[in-house]
Amino acid sequence: MMRNKIFGLTVLTTTLLITTLLMGGCSGGENNVTTGNRDGILHWGNGTDPQELDPHIVTGIPEHHILTALLEGLVAKDPATLEPVAAVAKEWSISEDGKTYTFKLRHNAVWSNGDPVTAHDFAWSWWRALQPALGNQYAYMLFPIKNSEAYAKGEIDDFSQVGVKVLDDYTLEVELNNATPYFLQLLDHYSMFPVHRPTIEKFGKPDERGSLWTRPGNFVGNGPFTLKEWKLFKRVEVVKNPQYWDAGKVKLNGIHFHPIENVTTEERMFRSGQLHHTGSIPIDKVATYKKDKPHLLHTYPYLGNYFYRINTKLPHLSDQRVRQALAMSIDSKQLTEQVTKGGEVPAYTFTPPNTLGYTAKSAFEFNPEKARKLLAEAGYPDGKDFPVTELLYNTSESHRKIAVAIQQMWNQYLGVNIILNNQDWKVYLDSVGNGDYSIARAGWIGDYVDPNTFLDMWVTEGGNNHTGWSNPRYDELILKLAPTIPDRAMRYKLMAEAEAILLEDMPIIPIYIYNSKSLVHPSLKGLQPNILDYVLYKNLSLDPSLSGVNIH
Amino acid sequence: MFRFIVSRLLQAIPVLLVVITATFFLVRAAPGGPFSAEKTVAPEVIKALEAQYKLDQPVWQQYLSYLNDLAHGDFGPSFRYPGRSVDELIAGGLPITAELAFYAMLVAIIIGVSAGVLAALKPNTPQDYVPMSAAMIGICMPSFLMGPLLVLIFGIWLEWLPVSGWGDLPGDKILPAITLGSGYAAFLARLSRGGMLEVMSQDYIRTARAKGLPEWVVVLKHGLRGGLIPVIAFLGPAFAGLLSGSFVVETIFQIPGLGRFYVQAAFNRDYTMILGTTVFFATLIVLFNLLSDIIAVWINPKLRHQLREGK
Repeated sequence: MMRNKIFGLTVLTTTLLITTLLMGGCSGGENNVTTGNRDGILHWGNGTDPQELDPHIVTGIPEHHILTALLEGLVAKDPATLEPVAAVAKEWSISEDGKTYTFKLRHNAVWSNGDPVTAHDFAWSWWRALQPALGNQYAYMLFPIKNSEAYAKGEIDDFSQVGVKVLDDYTLEVELNNATPYFLQLLDHYSMFPVHRPTIEKFGKPDERGSLWTRPGNFVGNGPFTLKEWKLFKRVEVVKNPQYWDAGKVKLNGIHFHPIENVTTEERMFRSGQLHHTGSIPIDKVATYKKDKPHLLHTYPYLGNYFYRINTKLPHLSDQRVRQALAMSIDSKQLTEQVTKGGEVPAYTFTPPNTLGYTAKSAFEFNPEKARKLLAEAGYPDGKDFPVTELLYNTSESHRKIAVAIQQMWNQYLGVNIILNNQDWKVYLDSVGNGDYSIARAGWIGDYVDPNTFLDMWVTEGGNNHTGWSNPRYDELILKLAPTIPDRAMRYKLMAEAEAILLEDMPIIPIYIYNSKSLVHPSLKGLQPNILDYVLYKNLSLDPSLSGVNIH
Repeated sequence: MFRFIVSRLLQAIPVLLVVITATFFLVRAAPGGPFSAEKTVAPEVIKALEAQYKLDQPVWQQYLSYLNDLAHGDFGPSFRYPGRSVDELIAGGLPITAELAFYAMLVAIIIGVSAGVLAALKPNTPQDYVPMSAAMIGICMPSFLMGPLLVLIFGIWLEWLPVSGWGDLPGDKILPAITLGSGYAAFLARLSRGGMLEVMSQDYIRTARAKGLPEWVVVLKHGLRGGLIPVIAFLGPAFAGLLSGSFVVETIFQIPGLGRFYVQAAFNRDYTMILGTTVFFATLIVLFNLLSDIIAVWINPKLRHQLREGK
């Protein structure tokens, strides 16, 4: 009898559970786009989950998106031209020698708790960003400021020697090491954002990593939005900040940042109306969207490039002719059209063309004939006796496809056999960092819009060089000559000379310029394409009349 | 019984210690550190970070202090998420993964057992072949194919169910539960078919039929109890497997569960997180195996008898 009851009870509970589980499905809910358009909430696909929301600790692009909604620097950028526009600073002046910047802060800028934003906030925040114990990986963004590098490295410990001076509550003077024409470009990078001192000190020491000040309820910011919710691996919610000085212009009531690591999942979410904007798009879907739904697909050249590093310390690769031969036998036009297929632009220079008016002269082209000749001159006619060479890439389907295509081109045009090798991301970083490779895939995204962010990495022993390449004239141009010249055109000329040396010597092979790709729901208005993929959230708006637009 | 449980629990301690030690030294031996990045990190920054997370100490010292923390239930801070402890991350993801695993288990049991029983009632007829072939397909079809397929049909074409999320939209738990449960349903179908076939040919079933009981009573009341013993033995390890194996399903459906950061931690070289989740899953697997052994002993008179005789 007893057992019968237990059995009956089990059946009953199970039935109930299943019903609850399934019943939910019967009430067809509205999707995020529809509710979002009605309530003014933007649903934004944001890549990986943010590591932190502390601007002086984070390193990624997802964090960048959230932080530009939550905080505001001295200047921002016009998304159309990328030229600086007023933000917390209402105006600024630059001394004749280009070394001293004086910022006048607006009086109506306040923190989300009502405190005024003052010059002291910036001085203190930059002091904090340079604290060694904080482990700020982007501290170098502040290094154009006089003595800041020495301070961050612990060579001096008196902050008053660093070129940041508070003249009065609303005037900040910044002294630089050199005239740095792109200095204003750096000011809306999160590492230069102000943070609210009383809040940080309430939750820990200023240089403490991961104190609780960035949690919802604690966070105090000065941006157009404030932090409402941060559900790990689920979403970060921000709402309009009524205290923001330009709140009248902010059209959205809030943004939900959805961390979606898997691009295929993201695309499915977009198709079912859960997202207004995706961070990316699966590469094999680009062609379909281009053909059937071009109005949803937004692509634009991006300030980054895909290239191969060559280890110039290996005997056979130390020969410039061999490197040139390898570069000239890659048909990057065919590669972007038939392998990557995402609308990437073949690259013949290292700095992406038109980086704030700078375009380097391309020094090489696809020329298998000449490549064969160069290789023969170097002692490997038709690839004979070419030493075993490995092409290293981090494990990923798209890198593999490109590597296979290039392996074939080298075999077809030069007769050399290259071995492919893939490694897990962190292992790959280790191998490249230790110079333990022959040829390695790489990518570089500019930190700011200026050729310097692409060229200063190739100086002798530069932290990101890793090729063993070194050229005294190049070092002189990049480190000594260019930084002292305030005039943009003159400086670009020196930069171009340096880049010509780089492309002649070829410790690297540029392959293509990245492009940003995203899917955008037609109801999202106000996006301006630019090479930084930079978004000013306060310009965005949602049009409810377009909620029902068919996106299938 | 009590002695059996205690001895099994004691056996678990060296097992876990081996798991901890092996994982601890293996993650540190793997190339690439937690703080390496594409843009080279300045040496002074790396030094500050290593000091903060005590990675500048000798390895044996790190090992001992880790064991000490672990004994106090402290898995340490996550390297990847500053300000988050591993305890906090596990506590955040576990309820979600456990709920997913539970629903998947229900799906597996309901579909698997009914298919298995139906098949066993009329062996070697279409009623046997059809569910068993379906089960074979279920075993063969990996969740990274099953998931997107279900999403495409029910989420995008028919628009019946949400394509992702967990607890945000009505019905968003159905597709992940089915995707994760289907592979196990297939296993259960085969197990229960085998079990039922054996039981249904026993004398006591014949007796029950001879008494004139209706067939459904014979099957449900007398047949199932014996026929499901192999199924129950499988449930413990299966549940542990569902918990630790939910990574793919969590990624496909954008579910903030434990499985996802178990795998992510390895890619990120988040040492404490790798260790924390590994130790946690190892404990879980040991416990669930023990649990299913206990249940098996409890419902199977043969085993109970052996245990009493043997010791």
